[in-house]
Amino acid sequence: MSLTGDASNYLNPTQKIATVIGLAGLGIIVLSLFNEFSNKGLWLTISLVAITLGILLFSKGSYSGKLEGIKNHGVWIKSISSRGFWGWVAGITLTGFYVILYFYEGLLGANPDGNTGIVGLFDPLSRLLSGNPASQWFVYGTLYTVAILAFGIKFIWKYRHNRYEQLRTISVMFFQTGFAFLIPELMARLNSDSFSLPYNDLKNMWPLNYYAFDGWRVDQFINAQNIGLAFLIFAILSVFVISPILTYKYGKRWYCSWVCGCGGLAETAGDSFRHLSDKRMVAWKVERWVIHSVLVFSVVMTTAVVSTYLGYDSEKYWLTKKTFVILVSLFLIALFAGIAYFKRKQLKNDAFKGAVVYLIVTLAFFAVIYFVDLSQIKINAKYFSFGLNDNIYSYDAALRSSYGFLIGSIFSGVIGTGFYPIFGNRVWCRMGCPMAGILGIQQRLFSKFRITTNGGQCISCGNCSTYCEMGIDVRSYAQKGENIVRASCVGCGICSAVCPRGVLKLENGPLEGRIDGNQVLLGNDVDLMSLVNNK
Amino acid sequence: MEHIVIIGNGISGVTAARHIRKHSDKKITIVSAETDHFFSRTALMYIYMGHMNYEHTKPYEDYFWKKNRIELKRGYVETVDHANKRLKFADNSLLDYDKLVLAVGSKPNKFGWPGQDLDGVQGLYSYQDLEALEKNAPNNKVCKHAVIVGGGLIGIELAEMLASRAIPVTFLVRESSFWNGVLPEGESAMINRHIKNHHIDLRLSSNLKEIIADENGRARAAVIAETGEEIACDVVGLTAGVSPNIDFLKDSGIELGRGIKVNRMLETNIKDIYAIGDCAEQHEPIGNRRPIEAVWYTGRMMGETVAQTLCGNPTEYKPGHWFNSAKFFDIEYQTYGWVFSKPRENETHFHWKHEDDTKCITVCTETSTGKFLGLNTFGIRMRHEVFDRWLTEGRSTDYVMDHLREANFDPEFYKHFESQILSAYSQQTTVNA
Repeated sequence: MSLTGDASNYLNPTQKIATVIGLAGLGIIVLSLFNEFSNKGLWLTISLVAITLGILLFSKGSYSGKLEGIKNHGVWIKSISSRGFWGWVAGITLTGFYVILYFYEGLLGANPDGNTGIVGLFDPLSRLLSGNPASQWFVYGTLYTVAILAFGIKFIWKYRHNRYEQLRTISVMFFQTGFAFLIPELMARLNSDSFSLPYNDLKNMWPLNYYAFDGWRVDQFINAQNIGLAFLIFAILSVFVISPILTYKYGKRWYCSWVCGCGGLAETAGDSFRHLSDKRMVAWKVERWVIHSVLVFSVVMTTAVVSTYLGYDSEKYWLTKKTFVILVSLFLIALFAGIAYFKRKQLKNDAFKGAVVYLIVTLAFFAVIYFVDLSQIKINAKYFSFGLNDNIYSYDAALRSSYGFLIGSIFSGVIGTGFYPIFGNRVWCRMGCPMAGILGIQQRLFSKFRITTNGGQCISCGNCSTYCEMGIDVRSYAQKGENIVRASCVGCGICSAVCPRGVLKLENGPLEGRIDGNQVLLGNDVDLMSLVNNK
Repeated sequence: MEHIVIIGNGISGVTAARHIRKHSDKKITIVSAETDHFFSRTALMYIYMGHMNYEHTKPYEDYFWKKNRIELKRGYVETVDHANKRLKFADNSLLDYDKLVLAVGSKPNKFGWPGQDLDGVQGLYSYQDLEALEKNAPNNKVCKHAVIVGGGLIGIELAEMLASRAIPVTFLVRESSFWNGVLPEGESAMINRHIKNHHIDLRLSSNLKEIIADENGRARAAVIAETGEEIACDVVGLTAGVSPNIDFLKDSGIELGRGIKVNRMLETNIKDIYAIGDCAEQHEPIGNRRPIEAVWYTGRMMGETVAQTLCGNPTEYKPGHWFNSAKFFDIEYQTYGWVFSKPRENETHFHWKHEDDTKCITVCTETSTGKFLGLNTFGIRMRHEVFDRWLTEGRSTDYVMDHLREANFDPEFYKHFESQILSAYSQQTTVNA
């Protein structure tokens, strides 16, 4: 059936003007590739203001003068948000941008001897903040922050009746602007010949930040006196103490939809594409294998990298390579044994088998790292970079570099963000992010967080599942009267917002009865239900 | 192996099938003339509004049926031959059954209005109705104006749907206020204002006299009985309630009233034939319930109940405490226990409304004892579990008002109104005392 009502597929005059202004702002950036502006600061300002203004005016056209409520009219009718022509145009454009950004930065004008083009256009802002010329990453960071801020305001406007949505959006806007953008840029001013800190986004934790414990970074931290050491200790505490505590109390949402930059972009600029996630059972199966494989890859890679510099720099560190590998192995074995014993009732058979396979694979890699000096094995990078890179790396650096290429660039950037309009806005978070993998295991097994189903009120309409960006079939739980406790849930709260019957509520509560499948309240009287439940 | 045939693949029939499969190994066939697969009827509106596609309204993926060995047959049953336990379809094919469950649902009411069968006149119940609407009112160029007749839940949904495509709507409501046969005055009045705020031309105390055709036999105007006013329109939506879809059973020998007559075991007068959901009519109403309950939740309960009976555990249909929900444009509505539009004998209503005119509650109390009888809530979500428990425990309204916060189900960080409500409640009780 062709449901193609065109009434909601048109733009009102405000939205048309807004589109022109926003595209003009982007146009100035593109134009800078062909034309060196004489007053770059001015043109950059005009461009960024125009982009922001365009987005804000478009939001005004969409939401102003309308009553508070859910604003999903025409989502599956408009071509941009239903994988139509404009959706594909947007997807291909974004993907192209990412390919150029990661692999052909020269095309953007990045040049160590003096920037030109787009990167050159951003020089004035970069000098203002850090005192240094811009790089392609500065261009990206600036546009990223502008996107989160402007689309964040759009999202707040859209959900102006919903304080949960507003607060968490303000939170991601704050963490992106402050922690990911301004603070690291300003801190770069502290660097001198005798003192140097790596670009450090405090909230960007390992393993999402896969280079957190690279040798050169750890060296810089240790050399940067107390402050560097404090950063290093904070990075380790984040992973092993702060994050588990917060995840226990609030679920992984504290990070994924309140703090994280990837999540921040997905929830703001990506909001118009959240319903495109794949809800099929088969997608869930693929998700579990892929995300946990990436997690294993990141653990092995990090262990290889750290143990290698512990190995050849042994006089610098009190920890030796072999002790380190043994400690990591023991930690993982203890973790596995603890979960297998204490959480045995919650572990379904397939999850247990998967965990055993992954543990064996990980330990096998550790054995190789233990016995072999990886830095002596040389590998040509062209085998894993589609010929984009033909440097010769030692094995550990090759692991690190292939991870950076395959996971850091292709998966999180090109596919994860470039394909927003095709696969939805959380493909990376759902399928690829190793941080989400760890937080997900914690959330499933050690957390007070759940989405409560309100008794028997579900009418199986499907709004919750449709608008779940993580592809969770929320309805399949709600219609059974069962609470939703899923590793992948980032707690965005949209299922609860779009539910027309008030069935879903994100809550932190006691572990007792967290997943409650007793169906008592589907409505029947107690006799019948006790009978059904005793079966 | 016993063959159970279920006619109708809505929530009642599908729930019955699922539970029969849970408890037994019987052969199960679901027959439907409407669609190949089960979809959520309550979600039809969201397809037209572009919130979802048809695929999203299916609660189970298509592989589910084969995996659970539930056979699906698409076809329209013309006659039920209970002597031979045989169904005959419109295409003359036959299907034998050992036990038959009728879960055939409803059809929109038509009250003999002149012009009610013209092109461009339609109800909103089935998937085919949705297809018709997509054809009749794809946008505000083809459909410049629409008239809706009947102020119930389907009528207001249809108004919201058409408004989502910027089609101007005139909404004729027979009653003096929207749905005031069910909602107390204050609530009904608040919804009237909300409808108007959505730019719907709401006409209260207005009946349809006739629908006028153009030269091609298409509806071109609706005439209001009270004023004689002629409203030019391209679509007329008839949403004056629904009634059981039982015409095909007229000569079957199955006892019919407005619906299919059933006892508490959901059995019809014919052995091995059962009826559940919208089409079933109880001989005697259960408690305060109506004999025919065309509600999603009761359909689901009857499906579970009949499955027990069919699997060798004869079980009476004993619905628990009444609950229901709906959404009127942006305002959600939930109800637990009984709140009637006017307090009945020995009943008192307490009504509180927020100043923003989108939130209110009404609480019904047994005057002589102070016992809590029920609550309607608009714009504030409440916990089913808590109200169900309070009703079972026979709590007083004083207790309920004191503990209202425990029942709040709004998302985190939402404003709470319990203290406002409580102080309004204490003031009213003081005045009454």
